[in-house]
Amino acid sequence: MPDASPDRAAGARPVPFRGGGFKPRPTGYAGPLAFVLLLALLELGARAGVISPLTMPAPSAVLQTLAELWTSGRLLDHLVPSLARLAVGATLGALAGIAVGLAIGLFSLARAGLVPLVAALFPIPKIALLPLFVIWFGIGEGSKYALIAFGTFTPMVVATYGGVDAVDRALIRMGQSFDLAWWSIVTKIILPGALPAILSGLRVASAIAIILLVAAEMLAAEHGVGAYVLEAGSLYDLERLFAGVTLLSLMGVVVNALIGRAERVLLRWRG
Amino acid sequence: MDLRLERVSHAYGSVRVLDDVSLAVPNGRIVCVVGPSGCGKSTLLRLMGGLERPLGGRVLQVGEPPAESLNPLTFIFQDFALLPWRTVAGNVALVLEDHRLGAGERERIIADVLARTRLTDFADAFPRQLSGGMKQRVGIARALSVRPAVMLMDEPLSALDSQTRELLLDDLVSLWLRTPFTAVYVTHNLEEAVRLGHQVVVLSGRPGRVRALVDIAVPLAERQPGDAVLEAHRRQLWQLLRDEASAVDRELLDA
Repeated sequence: MPDASPDRAAGARPVPFRGGGFKPRPTGYAGPLAFVLLLALLELGARAGVISPLTMPAPSAVLQTLAELWTSGRLLDHLVPSLARLAVGATLGALAGIAVGLAIGLFSLARAGLVPLVAALFPIPKIALLPLFVIWFGIGEGSKYALIAFGTFTPMVVATYGGVDAVDRALIRMGQSFDLAWWSIVTKIILPGALPAILSGLRVASAIAIILLVAAEMLAAEHGVGAYVLEAGSLYDLERLFAGVTLLSLMGVVVNALIGRAERVLLRWRG
Repeated sequence: MDLRLERVSHAYGSVRVLDDVSLAVPNGRIVCVVGPSGCGKSTLLRLMGGLERPLGGRVLQVGEPPAESLNPLTFIFQDFALLPWRTVAGNVALVLEDHRLGAGERERIIADVLARTRLTDFADAFPRQLSGGMKQRVGIARALSVRPAVMLMDEPLSALDSQTRELLLDDLVSLWLRTPFTAVYVTHNLEEAVRLGHQVVVLSGRPGRVRALVDIAVPLAERQPGDAVLEAHRRQLWQLLRDEASAVDRELLDA
């Protein structure tokens, strides 16, 4: 008669598990929790007097400043011009970047001529060129649009032609074998194929755009989140400084979420 | 419309892939091309389809393609070549959109070819949701939609598992029986070659030359797996290929 537990009798044991890990699981609560913990720590420190209001304002004080900004109506005075600059500048830069990236991806001559140029432009800190843009486009909105557009242009060029290069050549051959027009191949095969890379380039470009927005508004602007932050900083008004930084951070989060939504809609086919 | 190759030679750089290949693809017949790997089978097909230009010799269309043919020389690819961002119906629509067809006519063609390849229920599915066999049926539907004069099939079943391959082979036979089409069918699978080919062209190892032409007289409708005549043909083909294949197996890839 066989043993009731043949496993143990034969010295058998389960094979030790060695797989798993290296695979991020979605944990929805962790992100907000980290925020809340940090804010709570700061608040507690401020209340207990460990953190002096001269070095770090209490989160509740920052929140109060934001609320006052809202009730006084000055929030919109600063936010609307900033968002307009961001929208105009980033749209111009992104469209130009996609167009140039596409040209580099499609035409050998454009590639040979423009890739070194883009490589030379990419590492230039665009902020250093702000005085130049002021001379070229005036102290008003023009120079701000130009700075933001220029900053988003180069990463979009690189992302777009990288995306075009990565499009499966077999799909292009397929298009040719069915006698599709050149323009059809570009719009129906190459552009959709490059879209994932273009959208992830847009993420990088939008963060750069927000950084440059602040830089542009610090030099010459009466209104705008950047001007607000600069003014608060020069007065060492830390509560307003942090209120402004919070707004900038929120702008980044919102833009990122919008791009994420666009990805989910446009790249639905990836599943 | 027939297709004729006259003394076609081709090379990539200093590597000669095809040497003096002459072939005829008569209307309404399936010509299978077999050969050891690297013998230029796929290159031969691309030359026939005008995706590459031969360095020597000529590829000729004999006679006019039928007037209703939208794309006389139409490929079916080994890797399916479906656009992942288009649905099944969208992938078929892609190759019709550049032709002057009314929206109603286009819809009619799509519905027709999807029905013929049993894909009607999957018209709105994306390629990632389909099995390999279904993906290739989309490839076949797409090819049928442009009413080709000659279908150029580049190892269409090689990316599929053997059961799916068997099913799709039956599909191809029944499509041909319903409306005979002209096709060049490149494969390394001799089973497929004797099931589908009216004629089998055996190419030698690189550079590819025509080693033998084997005609198979059994009508397509009567070919069953395990048929004695077909098995004899298959063995004959393998005898022809065996030495070539083992020679290729001893070569360095970049020699």
